[in-house]
Amino acid sequence: MSDHPTEHGPSRTPVPMPTSASWSDPHMQPAARHPAFVERLIGFTFVVGLLSFCAFGAAYWQNWAPWALGLTLGAGMLFVGTGITAWGKYLMPRGPFVEERHVLQSSTQDVEAFTNALVERGATPVKRRKVLGGILGAGMGVFGIVLAFPLLRSLGPLPKNTLATTDWKAGSYLVDQSGNRISQYAYAVGSILTVFPEGWEDQDRGQAVDQTILVHLEAEGPIKGMPAGRSTWTPAGYVAYSKICTHAGCPVGLFERELGLLICPCHQSMFKLAEGAIPIFGPAPRPLPQLPLSIDADGYLYASAGYDQPVGPGYWERP
Amino acid sequence: MTARLGLRLPGRTKKERKPLGPYGRVGKAVEELDERLGIAKGGKTFLDKIFPDHWSFMLGEIALYTFVILLATGVFLTLYYVPSSALTIYNGPYKPLDGQLVSQAFASTMDLSFTVRAGLLMRQMHHWACDIFVGAIVLHMARVFFTGAFRKPRELNWTIGITMLILSILNGFIGYSLPDDVISGTGIRIAYSILLSIPVVGSYLAFFLFGGNFPGTSIIPRFYVLHVLIIPAVLAGLLGAHLFLLVRQKHTQFPGPGKTERNVVGSPMYPVFMAKTTGFLFMISGVVALLATFFQVNPIWQFGQYRASIISYAVQPDWYMGWLDGALRVMPSWEFVGWGHTIPFNVFLPAIIFPGIIFNICYAWPAIERRYTKDNLLHNLLDRPRDRPKRTAAGAAMLGLLSTLFVASATDVLANFFKISLNTVLVSMRVLTVIVPVIAYFLTYKICKELQAVPGAGKRKVVNVVRMTEDGEYVATPVAPPQELADHELDAEPVPELIEEDAPVGAVAAAAAARGRPGNVGTSSVRTVPR
Repeated sequence: MSDHPTEHGPSRTPVPMPTSASWSDPHMQPAARHPAFVERLIGFTFVVGLLSFCAFGAAYWQNWAPWALGLTLGAGMLFVGTGITAWGKYLMPRGPFVEERHVLQSSTQDVEAFTNALVERGATPVKRRKVLGGILGAGMGVFGIVLAFPLLRSLGPLPKNTLATTDWKAGSYLVDQSGNRISQYAYAVGSILTVFPEGWEDQDRGQAVDQTILVHLEAEGPIKGMPAGRSTWTPAGYVAYSKICTHAGCPVGLFERELGLLICPCHQSMFKLAEGAIPIFGPAPRPLPQLPLSIDADGYLYASAGYDQPVGPGYWERP
Repeated sequence: MTARLGLRLPGRTKKERKPLGPYGRVGKAVEELDERLGIAKGGKTFLDKIFPDHWSFMLGEIALYTFVILLATGVFLTLYYVPSSALTIYNGPYKPLDGQLVSQAFASTMDLSFTVRAGLLMRQMHHWACDIFVGAIVLHMARVFFTGAFRKPRELNWTIGITMLILSILNGFIGYSLPDDVISGTGIRIAYSILLSIPVVGSYLAFFLFGGNFPGTSIIPRFYVLHVLIIPAVLAGLLGAHLFLLVRQKHTQFPGPGKTERNVVGSPMYPVFMAKTTGFLFMISGVVALLATFFQVNPIWQFGQYRASIISYAVQPDWYMGWLDGALRVMPSWEFVGWGHTIPFNVFLPAIIFPGIIFNICYAWPAIERRYTKDNLLHNLLDRPRDRPKRTAAGAAMLGLLSTLFVASATDVLANFFKISLNTVLVSMRVLTVIVPVIAYFLTYKICKELQAVPGAGKRKVVNVVRMTEDGEYVATPVAPPQELADHELDAEPVPELIEEDAPVGAVAAAAAARGRPGNVGTSSVRTVPR
């Protein structure tokens, strides 16, 4: 490059002295070759824009369909904008014009004076009074920490054990979204539904924490292939898992019946239903926690115990 | 008063009032203002400010003007939106949801879409403007990166720009969480899990932000205050700083005849640039309005009210979150469990550490490059990307990585569309995430080197006339450019201090005559591309 930057060398592009120009100066001429034609064109866009804006007013007043509002407003702005831009591009002084860049850096004296004021005038009298500065610093520090309490601590309760618990406990009856208990005879093999512990079905916390997916996987229980120690958890071929994905907490809502898989629609983790919902694919690291089921004398399903581990995605305090 | 009392103050007759000068009322107003504020000198400098002409400098303008549209449509939306999770019964013209228990946030968004006049248009414009806004920022950033505009003295503005990009992405996410529909609620749930994944403090952060366990009732009003007040205020402040630095340091420009490190060549602020840019604001608004009219985004009535146990198929976030969603998908299922603690690396690495690394690379890039090139000079002329092959290749690698992850956020849709196994798609995306950046780097590097080796590549070709001689030989002769091309080859001049009022009648004719004058036609070409 012929004029590569030098820090602040003497070589400076000479900029001509201030000038006066007349309208006949070529720089002041419109860029268009046929300004009169462009003028008519711009006039046309302005007229269309004006009419569109009028139409928008009418559309709004008469409460026409949204597309009519959008079309008239959009067309109006597009036409008017095109006209104004063309005016600037074709009918205004075509230039090109130049301006000099000013060196932003200050003179050495100015820099020195400023630094001196900062260091000598400002800092030295402070430095000599270290105790005062120390006390003030401590006060400001305490102020900052105290400030953090309303700004942060009061925003929410401490997590404590909340993340590790659900409302499922031994004897909780399974109910659907409307609060009806689940009879073992009501659902055919291959059925799937979301259940909650009785009494919690309609609350936010119940929806978010207790949501459990119940699948009638086989005609007869217990299901073979379940992990050791869970042989009694699947009466009458029913199996229940926490519906919260162990990856990022989405509801694991897709049921692939032929493969016996639960799939999370968010990030496609797949869980094998018949084998304790172990993840066989995707980013989920752990099986879905399983809810041990029992059936009472009337054929209604209930939990024989709560979840034996925290449900949902991992977090630091999770054992 | 005085007239009614029949008094007449000496020397205050109407006739003796000072006549207006040659500039009329405007002149008078300027004089009065200048006496008090001293505006004339700075004002003249501002009107004379030169803006270089290049299409790529419009990308930042698109971002600026979509921000204006966001503010305008956003104010409209705040007049009707109710930031509350309190439950209510939806009663409205959309019959499929009539009588359902929904949150006030959802119900008010439904009213905005169906009942409020022009509400749907404003909602759609707001969403479209946001998508274009973030896209324009990314393209603007790519332009600044590939042309080296971030180099000294403009590192600070680069830093401000990245901060604005991060805030924009964040505010976009928060914004589409506000309607409280199934898709947005799922997004909030994932955000909660991401916060939880941070070691040691994760659960505390999540509880403090959400006011307890997910979902609670605090998150919608808190997101609302962040979305409409805090983040926009910070963004507006940073935008002011961004533009202030731009004016103070002046524009960069591409090298060319007459353009040096010490000048700026282009159009003056007033009236040329002002007209062009005002027109551009209207054009962008028009395009956003037409997109909003004819292309539907976020039809929440099809998704329904969010319930923590309800999910939909093909859950994709807005495009600018796609790379993060893709990273979550391609990440293997690693989780550390030991000593009574769990660190979910499968979430923590792609959703916290990975974007942290990406944005920190962006922040640090000017320093990295300065360290590598030992170049501490001030730069006002831009690079051609090919002339800095390593930088260009690094940028291409970064874009390659992010684009691959963006595609990976649609694994399920791809598998369904092409009828291939989801597993195959995911494994392919994992492989591609690793190899695409490497290929992009070396391919771009090679292309840059090849382009460097071809003299005049990308330049406008000289017109040649080819003739066949009587012997059958072909002879090419370059010809002079036609007159209308030569028209534009003027030397750049400073903006005139004063314009003399000569007869505007016939000025066009005079100009046509002036154009023929050889004295006014420079040898250098400032605008290489004629109209």
